[in-house]
Amino acid sequence: MRAFIEGIGRRSISGITEFGQAAAILLESIYWLFMGPGQRQPVRLRAVFAQAMEIGIGALPIVTVLSLAIGIMLAIQGIYSLRVFGAEHNVTLGIALSVTREFGPMITGILVAGRTGSALAARIGTMKINQELDALTVMGIQPVRYLVAPALLAILIMLPALSWFSDCVALFGAGLYVSMELGMSLGAYFEQLVEILTVDDLMHGLGKSLLFGILIALIGVINGANVSGGAEGIGHATTRSVVHAISAIVITDMLFTFLLAR
Amino acid sequence: MNSQADTAISVKDLVVYYGDRKILKEVSMDVREGEIMVIMGGSGSGKSTLLRHLLALEHPRSGAIHMLGHDITTASQTDMLEIRKKIGVAFQFGALLSSLSVGENVMLPLLEHTRLDRSTMEVMLRLKLEVVGLAGFEALMPAELSGGMTKRAALARAIIMDPQLLFLDEPSAGLDPVVAAALDDLILQLRDATGMTMVVVTHELDSAFKIADRITVLDKGEIVEAGNVEQVRGSTNPRVQNLLNRRTEEIVTDVDEYLERLTGLRID
Repeated sequence: MRAFIEGIGRRSISGITEFGQAAAILLESIYWLFMGPGQRQPVRLRAVFAQAMEIGIGALPIVTVLSLAIGIMLAIQGIYSLRVFGAEHNVTLGIALSVTREFGPMITGILVAGRTGSALAARIGTMKINQELDALTVMGIQPVRYLVAPALLAILIMLPALSWFSDCVALFGAGLYVSMELGMSLGAYFEQLVEILTVDDLMHGLGKSLLFGILIALIGVINGANVSGGAEGIGHATTRSVVHAISAIVITDMLFTFLLAR
Repeated sequence: MNSQADTAISVKDLVVYYGDRKILKEVSMDVREGEIMVIMGGSGSGKSTLLRHLLALEHPRSGAIHMLGHDITTASQTDMLEIRKKIGVAFQFGALLSSLSVGENVMLPLLEHTRLDRSTMEVMLRLKLEVVGLAGFEALMPAELSGGMTKRAALARAIIMDPQLLFLDEPSAGLDPVVAAALDDLILQLRDATGMTMVVVTHELDSAFKIADRITVLDKGEIVEAGNVEQVRGSTNPRVQNLLNRRTEEIVTDVDEYLERLTGLRID
C-alpha cells in the first residue's frame, strides 16, 4: 500500500516537473522568436521552412486520405441518423459544423502528433544521447533557439493550414456522398455550406489547431529531452510522446468545446 | 610561470554531488596558458564530471572555476556566451550534428557567431579541414565517417573559431594505435602552431604521457597526483601506481567477507 502511494507521489512530482519544463521551454522559445534577432541570435528561417515542409507538405497525402474518409463517414452516418426523422436533407448542417469545429482540427492534430511529435522526440532524444545537445550548448548555441523554436513556429503555421485543408477535403468527400445518396447537386451542397458556416466556425477550428500545435511540440521536446537509457529509451520516449500528445489533444478538445460552444 | 596572470583556468575547492553521492571532493587545480593539461583517471574517477563542470554544462554544489576572467559557476548568460565563443570542445564520440554534413558541422559556429560572408567561411572551413587531414570530405555526412575521421571533424569544428582554450574528451579512445598516435601528433602540432591552452581528459596512458605538459590524476573524485610526466610516472602514491600499472585496487581473498559486503547479510 505504501509503495502504491509512493508511486503515485513520484508520478505526480514527475508530471508537475514536466509541466514546469514545458512552460519554461515555451517561454524560452517565444523569447528567442521575438528577442533573438536583436541579440544577433535569430531563429533561422531556413530551419523553420525545412520543418514546415516536413510537417505540412509531407503530411498532405495521409491528411487527404483520412479527411476524405471521415467526410464520407460523417455523411453516411448523418443521413442514416436523420432518415429516422425524415430530415436527411438537413445533413449538411451537421457535416459542416462537425468537420470545421471538431474533426478537421482533431484528425489533423492526431496525425501530426503521430508523425511530427514522435519525430521530434526521437530527434531530440538521439541528440541528447549522442551529446549533440551538449555540443550545441558549448558552442554557445542555445538548443531551444536552434531546435525547438523553429519546430514550434513551423507547427503553429502548418497545423492550422493543414486543418483548413482537411476541412475542405472532408467537406468535399461528404458532398460527393450526399449528392450521390440524396440526389443533391454539388453546387447546391456547397451553397448550403456557405450559408451555414460562419467565420466563427472556422476560427474555432483555428484556435484548436494552434493549441494542439503547442501541445504536440512541447510534449515531443520534453519526452526527447528526458530520454535516458540509449536506443531503448528513445523508443520509449517516442511512444510516450505520441500517447501523451493524442491524450492531450482529445482532452483539450473537449475542454475547448465545453468552454466555447455552450 | 605560475603567476595568476598566466593561469588560463583555476579550479578551487570544487564539490559535486549526484544525489547523496559525492563525486568530486574539494578538487583544486590550475591550468597554465599554452600548456596541455591532461586529466587522467580510471572509470568512475570523476574526470568526465570535472570536464562537464569546466564546460559549465553542470553546476557544482560549491567551489569556483575561473576561466578567461570569469567565475563560470556564477557567470551570467551573456558572459557565458562570450566565454563559449573563446573555447572549443571535441567530445569523445564527436557529437557532430547528424543532420548536417561535415562542412556544415564545422562551419556552424561561424554561421551562428560571426557575420563573415559565405566565401570567407568556406575558405576557413577548407583551412581547418586541411589542418586535421580531412580536406575534401566536407560533403560527407557524419554517419559516413570512420571513428578517427569523426574525431578529426569534431576537432576541426572545435578550432574553427580559433579558440583560446581547447577541451578534448578522450581524443584517442576507441581508435587503433596508429590512428591514435596520429591524432596525438596532430594535437601537439596544433598546440605548437597556435599556442592554445588545451585540457585533455583521457584514460589512455600512452597518449597522456605523449602529449601532456602536466598531468592531474583523479581517483574517486580526488586529485591523487599532479605534476609533469616524470613526476607522475615516479609517483609513489599506490593509487597512482595502480592506475599506471593497470592494477585493480584490491584483491578479494575472503569470499565470505565479499558476499557479506555485497548482500549485507551475515554469512556463517
